[in-house]
Amino acid sequence: MPELTPTIGAFVSIEKGRLQNVMDALKAAGYTLVGPTLDEGAIVYDEIEGVADLPRGWTDRQEPASYRLQRREDDAYFGYVVGPHSWKKFLLPPRRTLMRVVKKEGAFVVVDEEEPAPRYAFIGVRGCEMQAIHIQDRVFLGGPYQDPGYRARRQQAFVLAVNCTEPGGTCFCASMGTGPEVGLGYDLALTELDDIFIVEIGSELGATMMRETDWRPAGAFELQQARDALAEARRNMGRQLDTTDLPNLLYKNLEHARWDQVADRCLSCGNCTMVCPTCFCQDVLDVSDLKGETFERVWVWDSCFSIDYSHVHGGNIRPHTRARYRQWLTHKFASWIDQFGVIGCVGCGRCITWCPVGIDVTEEIDAIRGEV
Amino acid sequence: MLNTMTTPTAPVPHPGPMLTFPARILEIKEEAYAIATYQIAFESEAVRKTYRFRPGQFNMLYLPGIGEVPISMSSDPAESEVIGHTIRYAGNVTRAISRLQTGDVIGVRGPYGSYWPMERLIGDDLCIVTGGIGLAPLRPVIYHVLRHREQYGRVYLLYGARTPKDMLYTDEYEAWKQQGIQILLTVDRADPSWRGNVGVVPMLFYQLRLDPKKTAVLTCGPEIMIHFVIYEALARRISKERIYVSMERNMKCGVGLCGHCQFGPAFVCKEGPVFAYAAIEPFFGVEEF
Ligand SMILES: Cc1cc2nc3c(=O)[nH]c(=O)nc-3n(C[C@H](O)[C@H](O)[C@H](O)COP(=O)(O)OP(=O)(O)OC[C@H]3O[C@@H](n4cnc5c(N)ncnc54)[C@H](O)[C@@H]3O)c2cc1C
Ligand code: SF4
Ligand code: SF4
Repeated sequence: MPELTPTIGAFVSIEKGRLQNVMDALKAAGYTLVGPTLDEGAIVYDEIEGVADLPRGWTDRQEPASYRLQRREDDAYFGYVVGPHSWKKFLLPPRRTLMRVVKKEGAFVVVDEEEPAPRYAFIGVRGCEMQAIHIQDRVFLGGPYQDPGYRARRQQAFVLAVNCTEPGGTCFCASMGTGPEVGLGYDLALTELDDIFIVEIGSELGATMMRETDWRPAGAFELQQARDALAEARRNMGRQLDTTDLPNLLYKNLEHARWDQVADRCLSCGNCTMVCPTCFCQDVLDVSDLKGETFERVWVWDSCFSIDYSHVHGGNIRPHTRARYRQWLTHKFASWIDQFGVIGCVGCGRCITWCPVGIDVTEEIDAIRGEV
Repeated sequence: MLNTMTTPTAPVPHPGPMLTFPARILEIKEEAYAIATYQIAFESEAVRKTYRFRPGQFNMLYLPGIGEVPISMSSDPAESEVIGHTIRYAGNVTRAISRLQTGDVIGVRGPYGSYWPMERLIGDDLCIVTGGIGLAPLRPVIYHVLRHREQYGRVYLLYGARTPKDMLYTDEYEAWKQQGIQILLTVDRADPSWRGNVGVVPMLFYQLRLDPKKTAVLTCGPEIMIHFVIYEALARRISKERIYVSMERNMKCGVGLCGHCQFGPAFVCKEGPVFAYAAIEPFFGVEEF
């Protein structure tokens, strides 16, 4: 049915309500839909049934240490940016059993315990988030040792991306080169206009999911509208960051007075690392049953701000907040490049919004740059 | 790239890099106060036959329900069917290890990390400088040198411990000396039997005449000791590229997935634990880094 299946790279347009058809096709193909939805005063990522669960007509107002939901004047489906959750919640769940050990006659047997991976369709992945997924791919799949659970979940995830036309107050994706337009790696990418979605077909699989949807080739005027909206978004970033030569800047300033100043404010709470879509540090817990016969090893999210993170016998390597904040910031913006060949920040602004005292990475880096 | 799961030295292709292999304790030898060497062998013959390690690498040792710790191999790398680990009882996991007996089973995975570059050092004089438990990851170097004595020039072992009773492997020193390893010992506190040096390890450098162009320094021990070893080595014009340091950081995974062992650009479990000083110089000694 060539006339029903759009080609890869094509831009098509659909009536907004038709998005439900795409979601239905995904569900029929066995995907669990996860996407933005309202929960306790924030837009979070959770399982959804269809378009009705999207926070339609809502927007978020974000500033350092501040997040507020507001009614929009229109009923846009994707008229907000990113909230406290990111897709790492699904690709790298906060708690995962990595193996089980059963004691048997003085010895033990090792049971490989990764649960079967769910097939997720991610609805509403933004440009910064697409890049965050690519970054975690490098961490968990790019080296000699790979995380099999991450690989299984990642390989079968479907990505329905959304281009941002209204950046938030703490966004700086344009500086980081990750948005507002989604880069490569999606199956479908939407741009929301007043009464249509423009859909870019990113993959064979994406094309297949459009088959049951009434689409037509996007018109030149619509495409221009989308381009204008993205250009406008690029101009309206809440924040910006000069990324010139960041590794050198930071490595040369490991003793800068600014680390002391930020340490006076930072609570070492670790919120920034929890909300960050690229932070990947993990701890391993040992859990036993009451009889002492089966034992589990469990991966849990960890943070470089937590007390035991740098523990070696006889003390911590980084007992002070100054050293922890410096570790976090220099990792994101400098050593990440040495380790994985990319910068570790995608400019999503979450760490700024969700920091209880409103510490702003762009401001911290500016301060270090300004005073050298 | 998606299907390569092992480094060249890892035991067997493995679906999960964090899965452990049962291994049996064959022998336990008390070395000093709260330090013992455990000889272990993998239960699985396939793993036992394929497992190889190089001097300076480490394994992750696991006790069900208690935890997992990085411990260097301290035995002869040429005989990898039985692996030696010299363990100091420090905290939770290592103390639980101290309660184990011959015949008990623990989990072992590895080998991980970088190693002392024995091939690159062929033809060189070696100056091994270490304190306390730091001799454990260097004993495989000594075994390697003994097996290939003709490949290396003069070999010095500079070793310090708190007291004479805290010295490791004392019953082997005679054999090492006979094969041309010069051993210089020192203690922080002497006892009536002690006739040797008293003082810190780096001071032993003053008893040597090293050829800076031919000498490589291999050092492991408390960071403060390493600091002064580097200082003394540089003062003798040994180049930064030829000073090798083994670093210690908290490790939960050993395979670069937990983040804990980061040392600036490096993961100590992957690029380390053994580094050329030239590679870590900008970060070594930065307080709390
Ligand atoms: C590459 C490497 C090689 C090592 N080789 C040896 C060796 O040959 N012999 C030996 O006795 N010790 C060695 N150590 C140190 C040994 O790993 C620690 O003594 C041990 O982890 C302490 O664990 P614990 O549970 O007994 O102590 P606790 O203080 O209760 O530690 C709690 C947890 O913190 C972590 N931790 C604590 N200290 C260290 C440390 N120094 N390094 C890394 N993680 C730590 C561990 O994850 C441990 O489970 C090595 C460390 C590293 C990094
Ligand atoms: S460091 Fe902050 S802005 Fe950058 S990706 Fe992480 S949460 Fe987003
Ligand atoms: S920077 Fe903010 S969010 Fe991060 S640890 Fe400090 S107080 Fe918490």
